[in-house]
Amino acid sequence: MKEIRIHARAGQGAITTAALLGFAYFKEGMYPYAFPNFGAARMGAPMNAFVRVDSKPVRLRSQIYEPDYVIIVDPTLMRGYNCFSGLKENGIAIINAEENSEMPKLNARQRAFLIPANEIALKTIGRPLGNTALIGAFAAATGDLKLDFLLEVIGSRFTGKVGQANIEAVKQGYEYVRSINSKTSKEQGR
Amino acid sequence: MKEFLEGSRGVAEAVKLCAPGVISAYPITPQTHIVEELAQMVADGSLNAQFVNVESEHSAASVVLGAVAAGVRSYTATSSQGLLYMAEVIFNIAGMRLPLVLTCANRAISAPINIWNDQQDSVSLRDAGWIQLYAENNQEAVDFHFMGYRLSEDKSVMLPVMVCMDGFILTHGMETVDIPEQEKVNKFLPAYKPLYKLDTQDPISMGLLADPDYYLEARFAIQETLKSVLSFIPKVSEEFRNTFGRDYKDCLVEEYFTKDADKVIVAMGSVCGTIKEVIDELRKKKKKVGLLRIISYRPFPYNRVYEALKNVPRVAVLDKAVSLGAYAPLAVEVKAAFLGKKKSPKVTSSFVAGLGGRDITAHSIKEIFRKLTQTEVNSEFIDLKPELLTEEYGE
Repeated sequence: MKEIRIHARAGQGAITTAALLGFAYFKEGMYPYAFPNFGAARMGAPMNAFVRVDSKPVRLRSQIYEPDYVIIVDPTLMRGYNCFSGLKENGIAIINAEENSEMPKLNARQRAFLIPANEIALKTIGRPLGNTALIGAFAAATGDLKLDFLLEVIGSRFTGKVGQANIEAVKQGYEYVRSINSKTSKEQGR
Repeated sequence: MKEFLEGSRGVAEAVKLCAPGVISAYPITPQTHIVEELAQMVADGSLNAQFVNVESEHSAASVVLGAVAAGVRSYTATSSQGLLYMAEVIFNIAGMRLPLVLTCANRAISAPINIWNDQQDSVSLRDAGWIQLYAENNQEAVDFHFMGYRLSEDKSVMLPVMVCMDGFILTHGMETVDIPEQEKVNKFLPAYKPLYKLDTQDPISMGLLADPDYYLEARFAIQETLKSVLSFIPKVSEEFRNTFGRDYKDCLVEEYFTKDADKVIVAMGSVCGTIKEVIDELRKKKKKVGLLRIISYRPFPYNRVYEALKNVPRVAVLDKAVSLGAYAPLAVEVKAAFLGKKKSPKVTSSFVAGLGGRDITAHSIKEIFRKLTQTEVNSEFIDLKPELLTEEYGE
């Protein structure tokens, strides 16, 4: 079983992100359960969305306290909230952050990826909605989701120009993480 | 076909397959995507029904009452305050012996204002004469709508069915659901042929005054029918299995590792999934624990509960509702199942959890098993924050 916790503000598309990830896992033949937890039910209020996924139907209905992965859509939430609370020993964090932002302090085996997702979104979609870039980054960072399936899911959720723009955002998020990874492995090779 | 869907969307698809002629709903909070999806289907022309948007839940219930009285299969959905606002009409629909299916997206009751999940809304309407089925997951929520209409419209029943599914946890939760083909649904659920209806060519009156000479018998008749529904639900469940392949056994209760159990939790709805996970974990550690899931809360399957629990030493009843000032609602029924019987659990403790959306975790369930000792407790609140109970006002 894998557990994903998404940190965002209401209106930033966290539920759609959870749904798209769930759909991609569904395409992989897994049984995802994607669900939101609303806070104050107001635009801008901190909220979570979750995906719990397993090879058999998910029965556990509680929220996620010890995620394998966290996705932080809005980095301002890292002030005042411990977005990494309960993150597994070898967990992965995907963070929407400007380039050269400070790396969060994590344990040795935990990994964080800072993705300029809003920048990617502005270039591709024309609006600072970094979710699809983050999903692409998630696929590359975790290795859980095939890029082809993901693009198929995005293509069925968004049509026309918006679809093309979001597919491009996913690809750029994916490539961004791949380039970080290859840089790190080269450095380690030295 | 297996699809990855939001619970509300799955239910809307199920309702569409049941082809109601009239759908009526109040579209604002507390409402779910169910009626939003149905309104879209009607607007798109993929569902040939009249969608009546109304100004309140009282009106929504009144519209479907009228539609069924006129002989048309109908549908509505609500939750929380909306269901309470319907309450007067809810009693009338059953009293007038009108078949209907309503989805209750289980949510808390004000005050304080709270939009989140518990089961206080439908549990509070337990005495209305409706059949109430509680779904554990979205597949069941979908399937119970087919069964609901089949049960409701049978000439031996003619009573409404409330399909209860946990708000947010199921209604807003996306998971894999098998949406059946129209042909199979048609085979299982034939077109509605009313026993009686409002017809200008052949006028009758419905819902009239019944003075003390008649009222008692009308209520007695519903009571007797609901008793017989306890043996009819398993038949419908069998028909369902034969048509769709999914097996809900008697569809009154589900037993999960109860046979050799020392400790069993009794509960309803989606929390049962969490309980099953905890049971699997504890069973690996050789702990003999189990779950008795109540599917049919009304009519209440006393005999099945007795048979399932008579040899279990300790039983914990988990309520996601309270009867303020008395024992918790589900606990009362479970205790009543053993009155005057030869065998019974030594301890039947009662716990209240998850009110107003307080998350019920695996830890909460383990806490219940831990607190299920030889000392019986009643309405013990789980995950209570004592620090919130110390505030004082005034001098």
